[in-house]
Amino acid sequence: MMTTQLVTLTKDRMVVKLEQDVVPFRNRVKEHATKIGMGLVNQTKLITAASELSRNMLRYAGGGEVLIEVVSKGRENGIRLTFSDKGPGIEDIKKAMQDGYSTGKSLGLGLPGTKRLVSEFDIKSVPNQGTTVIILKWKNG
Amino acid sequence: MKADLVKTLQKKKKQILEIWMEKQLADAGLRDDLISNEELRIQSEELVQALVQSITEKNLGNVESSEFEPVYEILAGISLSRAKQGFSPRETGIYIFSLKDSLLQVIQEEMRDDPAAMYAETIRISKLVDSFGIATFETFIKGREEVIYRQTNEITEISTPVIRVWDGILALPIIGTLDSSRTQVVMENLLQEIVETGSSIAILDISGVPAVDSLVAQHLIKTVSATRLMGAECIISGIRPEIAQTVVHLGIDLSNITTKASLASALRHAFSQLHLEVRKKQKQQ
Repeated sequence: MMTTQLVTLTKDRMVVKLEQDVVPFRNRVKEHATKIGMGLVNQTKLITAASELSRNMLRYAGGGEVLIEVVSKGRENGIRLTFSDKGPGIEDIKKAMQDGYSTGKSLGLGLPGTKRLVSEFDIKSVPNQGTTVIILKWKNG
Repeated sequence: MKADLVKTLQKKKKQILEIWMEKQLADAGLRDDLISNEELRIQSEELVQALVQSITEKNLGNVESSEFEPVYEILAGISLSRAKQGFSPRETGIYIFSLKDSLLQVIQEEMRDDPAAMYAETIRISKLVDSFGIATFETFIKGREEVIYRQTNEITEISTPVIRVWDGILALPIIGTLDSSRTQVVMENLLQEIVETGSSIAILDISGVPAVDSLVAQHLIKTVSATRLMGAECIISGIRPEIAQTVVHLGIDLSNITTKASLASALRHAFSQLHLEVRKKQKQQ
């Protein structure tokens, strides 16, 4: 049996350091999503997830870097976003992934909500070293 | 020999100006469509005058000396007025740098016998004029920054209009992203207007908000709660299908807020709350 591999088609890097960077970043993600022909609903889900994670990065880590990739697997195209910061990290990822849990004063829906909005979700965090979140949204996923 | 330079410059002021003007008028880049030769002459004369007056043997090597302040002031004035006249910053820069040529020409004529001194003075004059040229750029950028700052202020000002759609009904269209500072302005304007007009229903229209994430939702919920505390009801309208799906997936609970798909249906809801009826007029037979 042949396994189809994930291929990266284009790469784009962006730095999110200030609150004003969120909107341009979101627009950039939207541009890429439009280019691969993603539908409006999936596009909105993706940019909402992107906005959610970039705000987390700003709030808890004082900003970070995002890698925007257009990936393809077999016939399916998608957008993969890698958020990496050098912040304090998340102590208890299990807890952070629960609905309604927040160390700040937010609704506590950012991480679990984001997971529900995208096709694939991966989070890695080392305390005092930083957090990396990778999300992937297929064009028709 | 060195002490002579300042005196020479002062003595040869007229000659410097003449050389400078001659060069400018002969230059292919002369913009006589933007500035008349007369005006150019006045401007140049003013600059040369200020330069030879403030230059001394002591401050010649120190471009940041406070004695050059009058020169920098004139430069700022030139930069601003030229920007308004439609000169590009490059043209203004070249105009200032062209002064160097005429200064150097005078120095060359004066110090022909002493190449070492001529070289040293050339470098000093170059540095001075370079600094002048940069000053015009700085002023230009500062002017631009002021424009940007003013526009940012204007955008915050105009972006949150509270509209009285009916007696007792307010509408507030939100366009763009709702961040913390924006929410603050929206809330302030809305609550103030509720008090002033005695309205009992406020409609927040989010048709122009591109994405509703948990932060935006939190801000909306806060605004609705504050409106309720004031004794008014708040309706959120303009929820597009894709926004509805996203909000559900995110897990945001908006169930205790009245929400409508369009401003029209929100207005209809508001009318029924106030026991108002909008009817087509019957034709009189």
